[in-house]
Amino acid sequence: MTILILNKEMMPVVKEQDVVPFRNRVKEYATKIGMGLVNQTKLITAASELVRNMLKYGKGGKVYIEVVSKGRENGIRLIFEDKGPGIPDVSLAMKDGFSTGKSLGLGLPGTRRLVSEFDIQSVVGEGTTVTVIKWKNG
Amino acid sequence: MEKIPILRMGPFLLVTIQVDLYDRLAENLEADLVQMVSKTGAMGVLIDISAVSIIDSFMGRIIGNIASMSKIMDAETVVVGMQPAVAITLIELGLPLKGVQCALNVERGMDLLRAKIALNEGTPDDYFDTE
Repeated sequence: MTILILNKEMMPVVKEQDVVPFRNRVKEYATKIGMGLVNQTKLITAASELVRNMLKYGKGGKVYIEVVSKGRENGIRLIFEDKGPGIPDVSLAMKDGFSTGKSLGLGLPGTRRLVSEFDIQSVVGEGTTVTVIKWKNG
Repeated sequence: MEKIPILRMGPFLLVTIQVDLYDRLAENLEADLVQMVSKTGAMGVLIDISAVSIIDSFMGRIIGNIASMSKIMDAETVVVGMQPAVAITLIELGLPLKGVQCALNVERGMDLLRAKIALNEGTPDDYFDTE
């Protein structure tokens, strides 16, 4: 089934202070489509993890916040785009416990568990794009 | 510069986090709190997170750090008031906050702190208390 975009907004995230306003924006959209509190919390936590990764490894970038629909289900899609160094081995980065930074290494695999759909595309030297969708009831 | 206030309540320090923390604020809190433990000789730290709607891995690490730092400074830490949605998200994210004591609310958190401190000290007061 195709995914329709109902609404789209872009937010640049280039410094740490952009994180909280960005999270608030995601929350606004999630509230607007009537997403429940638990799913909202999962989505915003996932967004927070990804945006932190983007700042830390990709030196910031752009995030697209979209309201999407598939059939009768509405959801929020977030696309994180950076022009950072890229990830040489994506499957390794998706493993629980793996981290090149000094974090806990839950970033990507933990984040994937919080959302309904997760996709990562990365080209070394060009950048990384992470796309997540959280369905309203998913 | 915003700051998270740290209140002194008898032998304890009380921190109520009312805003969503961004990184610098959280790191400052960590440093301030350890300083305060050292300065006041507090025996316990109570962190109220009932107004916090998001805990990601960074925030989780800060909370864990505060607990371990306080511990080696001879103070116990109890985190109280976690929202149910936050608890669900933390576990799914894979962040069980190991080594951090939690209580449902401030009252139970205080009881837990008192119990832990009494246990650590085995104070004479408790010893001869025969009620």
